[in-house]
Amino acid sequence: MNVDTERTITLTVNGIPREATVPVRRLLSDALRHDLGLTGTHVGCEHGVCGACTVLVDGEPMRSCLLLAVQLDGASVTTVEGLARDDHRGGQVLHPVQEAFRECHALQCGFCTPGFLTTIAAGLEKRDNSAELTEEEVDDMVGGNLCRCTGYANIKKAVHTANAAMRDGS
Amino acid sequence: MKPAPFRYADPGTLEEAIAVLSSEGAGAKVLAGGQSLLPLLSMRLAAPTTLVDINRVPGLDTVEATGDGVTVGALVRHNALLHDAAAARVQPLLARATANVAHPAIRNRGTTVGSIAHADPSGEMTSVLALTDGHVTVATPSGVSTVEWRDFFVGPLETSVHGPAVVTSAFFPALPDRSGTAFAEVARRKGDYAVCGAGVVVTLDADRRVAAVRASYVSVGLTPEVHDLTDAVVGQPADSADWAAAGALARTLVDPDTDIHASADYRRLLVGVLTERTLVAAAAEALGGTE
Repeated sequence: MNVDTERTITLTVNGIPREATVPVRRLLSDALRHDLGLTGTHVGCEHGVCGACTVLVDGEPMRSCLLLAVQLDGASVTTVEGLARDDHRGGQVLHPVQEAFRECHALQCGFCTPGFLTTIAAGLEKRDNSAELTEEEVDDMVGGNLCRCTGYANIKKAVHTANAAMRDGS
Repeated sequence: MKPAPFRYADPGTLEEAIAVLSSEGAGAKVLAGGQSLLPLLSMRLAAPTTLVDINRVPGLDTVEATGDGVTVGALVRHNALLHDAAAARVQPLLARATANVAHPAIRNRGTTVGSIAHADPSGEMTSVLALTDGHVTVATPSGVSTVEWRDFFVGPLETSVHGPAVVTSAFFPALPDRSGTAFAEVARRKGDYAVCGAGVVVTLDADRRVAAVRASYVSVGLTPEVHDLTDAVVGQPADSADWAAAGALARTLVDPDTDIHASADYRRLLVGVLTERTLVAAAAEALGGTE
């Protein structure tokens, strides 16, 4: 049984296989930012309260500050950098949730935004969008993320706008 | 806000996990979901010498619901238990309480058994284990044993299990016949640690009168406790029982602490309010089940 202080891991980040050699105590949030250079994932409280560092692990939102990078060996991670989609003309288009945030003014300073975007994108993609999106569902989706600028009214408006766009687009 | 250095192992079997816990000694700690442990590490409130990550151990991620109760494996995430319909039928408190555990992103990773082994008196599932009169199963180098909840919780963040050991599952007995349950919390923000939470079980007799009332609280006291509130309402018709009297009795039985979030007096007030509120809902459910 190997008991290590450092490991080399391979994981798929935003569809691209990546390799990193990390101390075993490296948090996933720090591995993404420092080892892989993906600074879109923001680090706020570092103990799971603020939600800014939320990424998708095998499609499910999780706090990247509450995971060790070594635990992600073989896993697939989506960060905010991976939400935009290929437009098939050599460029990218924003994810409907990103588009809705812009349209609804759902961000001000932007620090919390990556965590909101990943959480909401996963929440909306997973739900059956032929069913009506309730306020309770929206509250549950965004309630684990702290925003100190805009308040939540515009963020919740963006969730509804994105849901409508995804429903009409699918 | 970074964990102190530690050594890391991710064994592929339970036997290997126990072997490495034994060889790494007293500073070794089991890592399951890590949603409580990693904050402790980052805040340097804990500094284990070795983390033994059990996430690769097979066979620990199942929920098994039978007529007797629900067995929850050590790697079952709160979110999986929350959405397990068979488990909710056998013991409805499981889904009701897990819905109050943290935020969805944390429930996706955190484990129910891990939160029980963490023994935080602010945890929902510790008090549900107590309220349902459940037990845990513990694997050690000398074999597998069960530990009743009363013997398991010793103090805040402390259990009776020491040395190389893995809590492999928790067992929650089934809800008795003619019974209803409810669970409610008051928190500053939905999903945050509760200022106070209450879980209750109401059991009726064949004449739809109150036969037994049990309650357990969250963030009240140092370890989970179960309080018998039957005397306040025994024999009363379930649709018109004096639930406020049961709430008043509960207030006299608890011994909450004052902390930065709330005074002891405020917590005692909430115990009364939440007890009455949950008992009304639980009684209605018990009555519905007897029609």
